[in-house]
Parts: sequence; C-alpha cells; structure tokens
Amino acid sequence: MDIIQQELLTQVADLHEVPEGAYNIRANGELAGRNTTANIDIITKEDRSGIDIRIKPGTKSESVHIPVVLSKSGLKESVYNDFFVGEDCDVTIIAGCGIHNSGPDDSAHSGIHRFFVEKNAKVRYVEKHYGSGDGSGERIMNPTTEIHLAEGASLEMETVQIKGIDSTVRTTNAEVAQGASLIIREKIMTHGKQHAETDFKVDMAGADSSVNLISRSVAKGRSSQVFRSRIEGNASCHGHSECDAIIMDEASVSAIPELTANDIDANLIHEAAIGKIAGEQLIKLMTLGLTEKEAEEQIVNGFLK
Amino acid sequence: MLELRNVSFQAENEDNGKEIEILRDISLTIADQFVAVTGPNGSGKSTLAKIVAGILTPTDGQILLDGVDITEKSITERAKMGIGFAFQQPVRFKGITVKDLLSIAAGKDADMSEICSMLSEVGLCARDYVNREINASLSGGELKRIEIAMIMARKSRLAIFDEPEAGIDLWSFQNLIRVFEKMHEETKGTILIISHQERILNIADQIVLLSDGRIEKVGSREEVMPELLGAGRPCRTLAEKM
Repeated sequence: MDIIQQELLTQVADLHEVPEGAYNIRANGELAGRNTTANIDIITKEDRSGIDIRIKPGTKSESVHIPVVLSKSGLKESVYNDFFVGEDCDVTIIAGCGIHNSGPDDSAHSGIHRFFVEKNAKVRYVEKHYGSGDGSGERIMNPTTEIHLAEGASLEMETVQIKGIDSTVRTTNAEVAQGASLIIREKIMTHGKQHAETDFKVDMAGADSSVNLISRSVAKGRSSQVFRSRIEGNASCHGHSECDAIIMDEASVSAIPELTANDIDANLIHEAAIGKIAGEQLIKLMTLGLTEKEAEEQIVNGFLK
Repeated sequence: MLELRNVSFQAENEDNGKEIEILRDISLTIADQFVAVTGPNGSGKSTLAKIVAGILTPTDGQILLDGVDITEKSITERAKMGIGFAFQQPVRFKGITVKDLLSIAAGKDADMSEICSMLSEVGLCARDYVNREINASLSGGELKRIEIAMIMARKSRLAIFDEPEAGIDLWSFQNLIRVFEKMHEETKGTILIISHQERILNIADQIVLLSDGRIEKVGSREEVMPELLGAGRPCRTLAEKM
C-alpha cells in the first residue's frame, strides 16, 4: 500500500497500522488485507463485488473495519457489503471511503451496505467519507445503507463527510421492529461547487420503536445540500428528525421533512433550522482576540464536532 | 487609562428612519481601579461600552487607550491590546464547550486545573461544566458566570462588564465584588462596570452618571451617590417642555 492510500486510510478509519479484530481493506478495487476472528467471518461474494460479514450471536465488544480507498483516477465501482449481526451481539463496525483523484477522469465509489441486525443486538456503525487530490476529475460517492432491525435491536450510525467529495447522494432506508431503536448522526460540510444529498426513509413498523435522525451541516462557497427525511409511523412509536445547517457565502440548503402517522400512538417530530452564523457569535469570539476568520472557523468546527 | 474625547453616536430609528442621538459629545477620562457607569434605561450605557470595545463605531470623536488612539482599531485588535468585554446577555454556541471558550479567552489550551481555578472563582465546579456546550442547556445565570470567568481568564487591563449582576441573583454580590477585587490585584488595570446596583456602585472609586446620552455627573461615589439616591429630579424632556 502506498503513502496516498495510507493517508486515505488514516482519514477514513483512523487507521495508522493494521487494526485489531476483524478487517477487510479494499484498495483500488482489490483486496489489500483481511483478518477474521473466531466470531466474525468475512466471505467474498461470488455473484458480485463485495463481502458478507457474519457475526456470531452473542459476540461482545468486537469490531470490524472495512475501509475502502481509491487512488487511481477514473476508477468507478459498486460494492455490495452485507452484515449479518447475530442475536445479543454488541459490536462496532467501522466503514469509510477515501478517494484521491489527481487525474482528469471522475472517480466514483458506490457502497451498498445492508444490515440485518437480529434480536436484541447492538451495533455502532461509523462511516467517514473523504476526498483529496487536485485533479479535475470529480470524486463521487453514493452510499446506500439499508437497515433491518429485529425486535429489541439497536443501531447507532455516525456518518461524516467533511472534505473533498464533489458529489454525493446518500440514501438510507430502515425498517424498525418492535422495541428496536435507530439513531443516525450525520455531519456534512460542502464547499466549492459540491453537491450533497441526504435521503432518509424510515419505516417504524413495530410498537415502541424509536428513531432519531440528527443532521448538522455547513454549506460554504457555491455548494448545495438537500436534506430529505421521511418517517412513517405505522405503530406506537417515537420518531424525531432534526436538520441544523449553517449557510455561508452563496451556498444553498434545503430541508424537506415528511412525517406520516398511520397509528394514533405514533409521535413524530421534525425540527429544521437553516441560517448564517450569528453576528453576535462572531463578535463574542473577536472580543476574545480571534480575527473574524478564526472566529468563523471556531464556530464551524464546534458545530460539526 | 481610557480617554474618550467628544464621542458621539447616532443611529437610525427603525420606526421612522430618523437619526437619533444615543451618545452626545462624551468626554471622559477613566484611570481608577473601579469605575461604575450608571443611569436610567436608554441613557446610552451599553452603547458607550460597545464603543469602547469596538463593537460600535462612534459617529464622532476619539478613543484613546493609554495614550494610543484606538478609534479605528477593530474588535480583535482592541482585545489583543487588553480590552475585555463581558456581554450583558451571553452568547450561546452549539458544539463549543466551556473548556473551548475558556481556552480561547486564556489564549492557550487550558488544562483541567486551570479551568478548575477559573470556574471556581465564579462559584462553578469545573467537573460539572468543563465539557458542557455553551448552548441552551445552560441557564442564563450559569452563562453569565462563565462569561465573567472568561474575562478573568483574559487578564485584561481594561475589563468592561455590562450589567454583571443581572441573572446571578443566587450568587452573592459579595462574591462578585471579590471577583472584581481579585481581578484588579492580578491585572492592576481598570474595571469598568455598567450597573444599576447600589452595592456595586458602593465599591466604585469613580461613578459616571449618564442621562439621555450625556454625562450628567462624574465624580467619586461620595460626590455622585447622594444625587443618585435623592429622588424627585424632574425628567429632562419634561423640564424642557415646561
């Protein structure tokens, strides 16, 4: 693995060396390293590109890293990864994709991740997207996440895209059974002429299910963002979605919530706030000795922390 | 030493678009330890404080700090020259923690023991607050104390407090006054306090009484306090009409 690929790995998975536990590293469309454990198996798919990750019931405090890096300009790929998480597991899954494009052709990665989380299992899923390189070719990522939570299961997803991705459409569909809970925290920053779209669709299928979608984003330059969240309450449930965006320069942000209650005990809430940095926040930090630019950075960094 | 020379400030009345004079020809020298600026609502106290901190630019006049003309200097430059400003209504920030703000104020990455000593001065326990965000989860009183702790951390030679007593009723005045005294011991600078509170005015070496954008009276507390406490002075507008 070369220096560029290692830098990408550090950015997307905080990996400085070979991770502990199970891992599967994909570099430029090829397998660059894999480790399985007694409880976590990784199997290459035969019918298409991708892997199956099978986690035995009752597996606790283990982690799986499945980073992807692309450093070859013009490479376009779709990868299908399926996670089968057994009953009563408590595991952390760290995915992420880094693209370095210094050539004229577009590079694109579409990761299609499906999660089948069995009864009472707990999953923490972290996903980071990062782009670098000064080529004129675009860096494109279109992650699709499909989540099936069985009774009492829970999944907490953190998804971060801070830098360098020119175009992204992030689709997340989830189905939440009785007593199951889903939390998604999304952080996005776009600049230049970048475009980012988020599309959440959650079916609250079981009684006492809950979902919380929290999106914080900053749009700079002439970039644009669209945040769509659709929550359908088909049972007694709690659904909450929140979109909080800072808009700067000539950027544009749309928040489009859709709440549907099909059950008298479905409780659904959406909150959205879009606005520029408050003048008094800048002034406060300037009275502490920061320049206007430093104050702006501090506010944006804190907001996305 | 802070000097204001013929400072005026005009603003546009949003209702009728007419220019209104908020400060009229203020000339003032402030060199004492504790200086209190007081006066009725709308007399121009907060405007005066914001003009000194650089948040508002005077329409006319000059501001000098230790002999240096700072009229054209930005907020940041003035902060670096040693002017600190505690807001009347502290600002909230999503995602920025108490530790972050105190570190910015102190100009270095403050460690736990430093944060602890800064916060304990204002009656807060660092353990409960250090990682709290400066957001809606903090009460007005808590924010106000953190605001004061920030000014202490800056060790400003001119520290301005805009109504520091508002919102900290549960915290004794004695503590607030002790904070001011301790600050002065450390900085040997001037502490300029905008206040209506008699107990704060009582510790001032100099009191500036503003009324309708003008200086009504400046002097020691012995000179100014009797006038303040003696009610029955007719209102200027009414007096002019009669």
